[in-house]
This record gives sequence, structure tokens and C-alpha cells, in this order.
Amino acid sequence: MSRIQSCFEKLKSEKKKALVAFITAGDPDLDSTKSIFSIMEKNGADIIELGVPFSDPLADGPVIQAASQRALKNGTNLKKIIHLVAEIRKSSQLPIVLMTSYNPVFVYGQKQFVDDALKAGVDGVIIPDLPPEEAGEFSADANEKGLDNVFLLAPTSTEQRVRMVAEQSRGFIYYVSLTGTTGVKSKVSENLKGKVQSIKNVAHLPVLVGFGISGPEQAQEAAQVSDGVIVGSAIVKLIEQNGNPQKRDDQIGDFVSRVKQAISKAG
Amino acid sequence: MDKTLNPSLLPDQKGHFGIFGGKYVIETLMPALEELEQVYNDAKNDPAFQQQLNYYLKQYVGRPTPLYFAENLTRHLGGAKIYLKREDLTHTGAHKINNTIGSALLALRMNKKRVIAETGAGQHGVATATAASLFGLECDVFMGEEDMRRQALNVFRMRLLGAKVIPVTSGTRTLKDATSEAIRNWITTVETTHYIIGSVVGPHPYPMIVRDFQKIIGEEVTGQIMEAEKRLPDVCVACVGGGSNSMGLFYPFVNHENVRLIGVEAAGLGIQTGKHGATLSHGRTGVLHGMMSYLLYDDDGQIKEAHSISAGLDYPGVGCEHSHLQDTGRAQYVSITDEEALDGFKLLSRVEGIIPALESAHAIAHVARMAPKMKKDEVIVVCLSGRGDKDVNQVADRMGVEL
Repeated sequence: MSRIQSCFEKLKSEKKKALVAFITAGDPDLDSTKSIFSIMEKNGADIIELGVPFSDPLADGPVIQAASQRALKNGTNLKKIIHLVAEIRKSSQLPIVLMTSYNPVFVYGQKQFVDDALKAGVDGVIIPDLPPEEAGEFSADANEKGLDNVFLLAPTSTEQRVRMVAEQSRGFIYYVSLTGTTGVKSKVSENLKGKVQSIKNVAHLPVLVGFGISGPEQAQEAAQVSDGVIVGSAIVKLIEQNGNPQKRDDQIGDFVSRVKQAISKAG
Repeated sequence: MDKTLNPSLLPDQKGHFGIFGGKYVIETLMPALEELEQVYNDAKNDPAFQQQLNYYLKQYVGRPTPLYFAENLTRHLGGAKIYLKREDLTHTGAHKINNTIGSALLALRMNKKRVIAETGAGQHGVATATAASLFGLECDVFMGEEDMRRQALNVFRMRLLGAKVIPVTSGTRTLKDATSEAIRNWITTVETTHYIIGSVVGPHPYPMIVRDFQKIIGEEVTGQIMEAEKRLPDVCVACVGGGSNSMGLFYPFVNHENVRLIGVEAAGLGIQTGKHGATLSHGRTGVLHGMMSYLLYDDDGQIKEAHSISAGLDYPGVGCEHSHLQDTGRAQYVSITDEEALDGFKLLSRVEGIIPALESAHAIAHVARMAPKMKKDEVIVVCLSGRGDKDVNQVADRMGVEL
């Protein structure tokens, strides 16, 4: 059983919801990413999502765009991130998912990427700009070798697309809770419950809710109607605001722990 | 229609031109692209839509545009006969409006009351603002801060036309980032907004739709050159940024294998300096802005900054159909430096009394290079995609002239 799968099995048996914590790898540098990773693990993150910085991240709002820029400035690239995952794997068995635009993967060589990522201990990948229509070759290779290719659904997705993604996604389904880019919003969008339910009606995979989950309250609300939440920009903001690593790690630890507590009440 | 005039059956069902094109966008946009494709296909086959489109192209845009025999330029260069397709004479002064009128009509058909656009030189922004004003649509145009400085006149025109110009301060502050920001805005507003892309770029069906709205350029040329020369041209030349005027000129000739198709990219400060926009001739295959095409990027796949004296060619990507035309050998792509383009700009102004846009000046500069080597009975058609009024300040500045 894959690390992602056993993670969800365990959560299910404990009647708990998943907390996926996102940071951009290499923001502000790769050593910090390693340190923040372990802080988030200690404070209850169930899965860590590492963003691969890209010069033109179309699905990202200002916060993660800026994080991408910071990471690129210090020379972070896909190869170094895969290497970092191998390092982290020496001391952690937490599931790791990479979130990346397609071009860095395409340029790396998609088969090579799948091989290297798996070897380093990456469990899954989310490529927002590689929808099922274009993912054929990549998905076939990833599925065969066992790297979970996670597809997204959105409030705009039609019934037909929900069925297609439910069939083709691996690991979990990433439900984009708002019609927009990543970023902190103050309110969970309306009819989240109905949308997630309609996905769960046709999907066997866990459905996680991301984009715009800003803190414990929204996380709890979203977790109540889904299998878990993905929190990104809110954490990345704490990195942006804190030059002092100790203070930064303390604040991130506290934030992750509060979100974890909130969703454990979601039941 | 003669099958030679309706040459290409591409893109395929999934929007691919060979390996290029496609729909590389986030799920949020996929349903809107499916809707747009369906609405467009319906419109294409609806005589009422075509009639309405043709009405505005004739009465409002001023089509057909002349195919002018540039006798002075021909004599000056002393080689092939040179014809200018005068897209600079359209309303708003560039070919961009062929697409924005059609696209605004599609927005109406989809019941979307707001349109957005990206713009580099400002020509597409002005053309979109114009169509929005004509059809009563709300209009926001995304423009890089650097381009707003370079093209202040067009910024003012857009505002006069009732559009909001939104400065883009991310990245290189030029067309690439304006496009990214327009896509991000579309992701957020897709349910009420139609995105009018200004070139043959972006996710399917955009490259096809924009090409189809621009192919009127080449279709008119076909009739006009047959009348003037009783035969098709030997060479068609047009500048390529995203590649919409060139695609519009080339498309009807793609199946006429004897007609050479030459796209002219921006060599900027010179290819060897790395500061250029010559995506086809010096880029690599990759994915940006929803499509697979030739792009400029570094070894990690990070998109590089393009450079050109003309804001409209300052883009590190290019239309996916051009990538296919290059790979199949059907079209050739060459490049012209900033300096050569300025020479082309001055040359056409002086000998023909026509001030071309700096973008089009790249095509002129290449014609100046190739025409003298051709025979006197050979024929070149060059697309004069826009007029140069917008560039006069910049050129004066460059020449050290204070206005």
C-alpha cells in the first residue's frame, strides 16, 4: 500500500480528516524547507505538498507567486527539490506530493521525472495545467510505476468531467473550492457541501478541499463536508512575513497545530 | 470551396497541431473552453452570425483593405515586385480588430457582458476596447507597466474608449505577464467573462478561432493578387510575435506549396546577446499559457524574458500552428534586429509615405533584405499589420529627437 493510501486508511479508521500543508520548496531556501517540513510534521500535518517554483504560475495568486520568485532567485529547481525529498526521506515517512506547473516536468523529461521522483520518495504529483485531456502519456507512466497523479476538480466542472477525473485521479481528488487562483479568502464558498457530495457519489478516492482555506475556521467548515483540507497561502504568508527562522517556525507550528485541532473537531 | 483554399484540417479534435497546441490549463477553465468551442462551431455554421460579422467588417472596420503595389519600394530595392496588404488602414490601425469584432460577437452569443484582454503594444487592447464599446460590453485590459510606459498613447486611447487598463507589475512587466494576469483574472471571473486573446496563442480553441477571424487577410490577398498579377505570389512575408497577422496571411496559402511563407521574428539586440524574441528560430518546445509550442526558457524550464524594440513582438512564446508549420517545413522563420527594424521603419516612411508599426517594420526590413536578390517578375506580398503612429514617440526618442 502506498504512503498516501495508508495515510487515508489510518485517518479513516480514526475517523479523522486529513490536513495537507503546502509550502513552496526553496522559499526562502531549501534548508528552511527541510526545517519547516519537520515543524509541520510535528504539528500534525498528514501530507506535505511541496510547490515547485515556476516563472509563470497561472493558477497561483500573489502570495505563492511571490514565494516562487523567492525560490527561483536562490536557484531552486526540480532536480534540487527531488534531492531534498530524498534527504527528508532519511528521517520521515510522511507522504509527500509535489505541485508543479507542467513545463519544468516536461523539460526535465517526464519519464525521467517519474523515475527520479519515485526513487527519492515522492508519493504523488499535482500538475494543475496538465488536465486529463493532455495527461495521457504522463499518467500512464506514473500509474504504472506508482506515482499518484492527482487531478483537480473545480466549481465549474461539469458532471461529465467529474466522472472523468474521478476515474483518472490517483491518491485523492483535489477540489478547488473557489473559482479563482490560490490565495486566502475569508469565507468558504457556498454550496461546498453539495459539490463535494456530488464528487463523492461517483469517486472512490478521498476528496480534499483546497484554494482559499485561510485558517482554522474555514478548515473546519471545509473538513466537515470532505475528507480533508489543503492549506497553502496562509502558511506561505507566515514565511514571507518572518525573516527570523525561529519565529517563523514557531508561528507555522502554532498555525498548523491550530488547523489540525479545528479539523479534528469536524468529525 | 476549392479544397486548395481550405487547406488545413488542423487542429484535430483535441486542438492539436501535430504535437503542438492542446489545452494545458487548470480544470476551472476547461468547461469554459468546451463551451467556447461549441459556441464557436455553432456560430461558424450560422449564416446569420457570418452575415453580422461581415457587416461590421465591411462597414465598421473598413474591409476589404487594399493590396497596394509598392512601386517606389520595388524600384528602390530593384528586385521582386512588392505588394503591401494594408491592414494598417483598418479602423484602429491594425489587424487586431478582425479578431476582436468576431470575438465580441461570440461573447454576446454566450451572454457574457464583460470581456478582458491582454495587450503588448496596445493594439489588441485598443481593438478589444473598441469592440466592447461598439457592442456595449464592459472591458478590462491587462498591460505590463513597462509597455504602458512605451505605449502611453494607446493607454489613453483605451481609456477614452471606456476600458479599464490594469497595470501588470509582476515579472517582466510586458506581454508575457499581462497574458498571465489576464488568464488569472479569467480563472476568477470565468462564469461572467469572455477572454479575448489577441493572438493565435493560448489553449484550444483560441489559436483556431483567432486564426479563423484573421484568415480574411490571406483570403482577400488571394483574390486581389489574382486580379493584379493573374497568379499567386511567390512569397508571403509577415512579422511574428504571437503570430496572428502572419497566420491570417499564411493560412489560405498553406496548401499552395509554391507560395513560400516567411515569418519574421524579433532578433532584438541580436540573437547572440540572448535579448531577443526569436522563439521559433531559437526556442525549444515547451508549455506556456495553455499550449504546447516553441518557447524561450532556461535549462530548468523557467520562461525567459524576451526582448524587442516593438512591444508586440516582445513575447517568449508563439502561436502553436506556427510551430507546426516550422516543424513540417511549410514555413520558414527568420529574425530581424531592432536596428534593422528601425531602418525598415524609416525606409517605408520615406519611399512610400507609409509609416509602419515597428512590428510590421520587421517584415519590411526582411523584404528589403530579400527582394533585391529576387527576379523582377517575382512577387512578394507583405502584411503591413499596423500603422506606426503609436511608435513615433519611441522612434524619435531613439533617434535623439526631442518632440
